[in-house]
Amino acid sequence: MTPELKSRFDDAVQKHPVVLFMKGNALFPRCGFSAAAVQILQQYGPVHTVDVLAEPDVREAIKEYTHWPTIPQAFIRGKFVGGSDILRDLEERGELEAMIKGTEGG
Amino acid sequence: MIDPEELKRRVVHALADADVEVQDLTGTRDHFEMRVVSSRFAGQSMVDQHQLVYAPLQDWLKTGELHALSLRTFTPEQWKKAQERQTRTP
Repeated sequence: MTPELKSRFDDAVQKHPVVLFMKGNALFPRCGFSAAAVQILQQYGPVHTVDVLAEPDVREAIKEYTHWPTIPQAFIRGKFVGGSDILRDLEERGELEAMIKGTEGG
Repeated sequence: MIDPEELKRRVVHALADADVEVQDLTGTRDHFEMRVVSSRFAGQSMVDQHQLVYAPLQDWLKTGELHALSLRTFTPEQWKKAQERQTRTP
């Protein structure tokens, strides 16, 4: 991962409350897991998406950045929260909205 | 192509007490769904829980041999609760 990409990731996840590295974009997701992730997140407001298929170096670098092997990858309020399975679980437990709105306990 | 039994073996080996169920989603042995129940997950964030499962599968994930893995992790207590919820749902 180049320092440029690292600072680009740092900036993106600080600047936008919800960031999703995905295959395709919100309108045209190009993978079922990415589609599910963006759909869950969009219920609670705008999602800043980064299409990893458009940028192969980003696709590899983000995996190093998070030590996470798969796409999609979601960040909420600067914190890496995981992929589509975790988003689904957080949603089912009713915790996701509070995380996005920053109203979770503690 | 990945043998589902080998997939299971690796996770059980990494998480000694794990109860693992593997399903081949597409019949092509590269898209799997997996449920892992282990006491090792207690007190860990979901990201950390998934990392523990990914760890013994790194080489497959890197090569893309394992193309997609839908993963659910539970502690034994969470799994018990989840099952109770299921049986109560009409």
